[in-house]
Amino acid sequence: MNYLWAFLVGGGICVVGQLLIDYTKLSPARVLTGYVVTGVVLSAVGWYKPLAELAGAGASVPLLGFGHLLAQGVMKAVDEMGLPGIFTGGICAAAGGITASLVFALLAALLGKSKDQS
Amino acid sequence: MKLNPKQYDQMVKKASPPSPVLKDCLWAFFVGGGICLMGEALRNFYLMWYDKELAGTLTSITLVFLSAVTTMLGWYQKLAAHAGAGTLVPITGFANSVVSPAIEFKAEGWVTGVGSKIFNIAGPVIAFGTLASWVWGLLYWAMGKF
Amino acid sequence: MAFRRGDVLVFAKPPVIAAWAAAGGKKEKQGPLAGGFDFLTEDTAFTEEDCPNWEQAESHLQQKAIDACLRKAGISHKEVELTFAGDLQAQCTASSYTMRGVQAPYAGVYGACSTMAETLALAAAFTGSGLARQVLAFTSSHFCAAERQFRTPLEYGAKRTPTAQWTATAAGACLLRGPGSTGIPVLSVTFGRVQDYAVHDINNMGAAMMPAAASTLLQYFAGTGTRPEDFDAILTGDLGQVGSDLLLQQMEREGVPLPNHQDCGCLLYDLGSGNVQAGGSGAGCSASVLCAHVLPKLLHGEWRRVLFLSTGALMSQTTFLQGESIPGIAHCVELGCEEGAK
Repeated sequence: MNYLWAFLVGGGICVVGQLLIDYTKLSPARVLTGYVVTGVVLSAVGWYKPLAELAGAGASVPLLGFGHLLAQGVMKAVDEMGLPGIFTGGICAAAGGITASLVFALLAALLGKSKDQS
Repeated sequence: MKLNPKQYDQMVKKASPPSPVLKDCLWAFFVGGGICLMGEALRNFYLMWYDKELAGTLTSITLVFLSAVTTMLGWYQKLAAHAGAGTLVPITGFANSVVSPAIEFKAEGWVTGVGSKIFNIAGPVIAFGTLASWVWGLLYWAMGKF
Repeated sequence: MAFRRGDVLVFAKPPVIAAWAAAGGKKEKQGPLAGGFDFLTEDTAFTEEDCPNWEQAESHLQQKAIDACLRKAGISHKEVELTFAGDLQAQCTASSYTMRGVQAPYAGVYGACSTMAETLALAAAFTGSGLARQVLAFTSSHFCAAERQFRTPLEYGAKRTPTAQWTATAAGACLLRGPGSTGIPVLSVTFGRVQDYAVHDINNMGAAMMPAAASTLLQYFAGTGTRPEDFDAILTGDLGQVGSDLLLQQMEREGVPLPNHQDCGCLLYDLGSGNVQAGGSGAGCSASVLCAHVLPKLLHGEWRRVLFLSTGALMSQTTFLQGESIPGIAHCVELGCEEGAK
């Protein structure tokens, strides 16, 4: 059942992104940025957590989930250390994905080469 | 010329073929859903040993790795040419947006090319995501005080 | 000598295009005009020649076109008295780096995708007036160099919109000689005026450039008193399918319908196949179609008189990001056939 929800919710979130691109002429970079900020907001008002529990990776893998991660991280940090937590919680929670992207990107740059895609 | 910008805007709108929205959405749905499904499988795999939080992080790292490899092989962008938001919105798309400038700007040097351009596309995501979490953190902290 | 008719410079004794050549890459090789190219390669990075990056690869492509052109003209680099050239790279570096090796007098020209008609017009003016005897005009574009400069890294995954056009990996070179030489005569040239009808969509360049094409054509017909029917073909540079549709509509409204219009962007590729969307674009698009398709047809007498208009979009990435609209330009070159000149 979890798998089905992951597929449906994940696919659905992507469809919304596609509709935004097709109908609003928003560039992909703007859609991504909008998604992360929206994820933070949805998580802050408490709507994203139930979705994440229902759909698992279907909610955490799309960039909305990245925003959710940032919002949950900052709350946890504020709970633990008070006000300074607003400076550490967000990035800390997302550190895995960001660091992995950087490290694998640098490795890819080392091994790969810009190719004609046509 | 018998033309003004307003009138021309209408003409251009009429002459430009619209995006095939249904086809685009089907692609986005199945590919995006598929990537999430793969994520769910990975998450359940990691859950056998680790707690929820760590399993989630490991899932992200694994997907980022797969995205980097397929980007390097030239597969991710071939899929993205059809899948659109289906490959853009998942974390694999974020990874692709970091890996692609890193490979592309190697010609301009490791520091001045790769290093400085690596967040060319993903930078705004991190910048505004972090800002939003900071603002939310501040609100959350203030809410706890009253 | 030449005389003016409105914006049109008419050559009483026309200079000629004595030799020409087109070079192209992989997609151009799969296109319908492949047979007309002088040089085609699948190795668009020129890895076999140890080319370090895409910018230099574009220079390599230009060199192939120039070498083939001068070989056909039977002259060496040294005999070129003047060169007009340009490309899409920032500061026109592809052409300038090519000219390091050619060592002929050189004036760099920027006209975005209109560069072929622009350099051709300048070269015709110089040879037509006797200021130089042998003038080289060339331009190019390279998909990979353009993409990484103007859009996104090549490895970035993105879906192209239906109005998007594909930057050609191609170059074209023409050698012009003074009146009386053998070759395809350049009967007149018309430098265009910049037109901006507030198009902002960078994925719809054909629409942004259409008003410029219409404006230059109207200037030409008004100046010379000719009609579209007087020509075997009226070729625009890279309006693509969307821009071409709009041009036909606009010319109809102006009372000068174009029954014989063709667009180089629609000729270079099989539309609808492999990510081409609305057609080809880039300075190399009209340049290579001119050299691989238009000039051979004039040489063989299939066509006797044509108008060749390259169209250019004159924005930069900076002005685009600042929200400015996209200004367009179109330059027109009137070409005849060999017998007509004598």
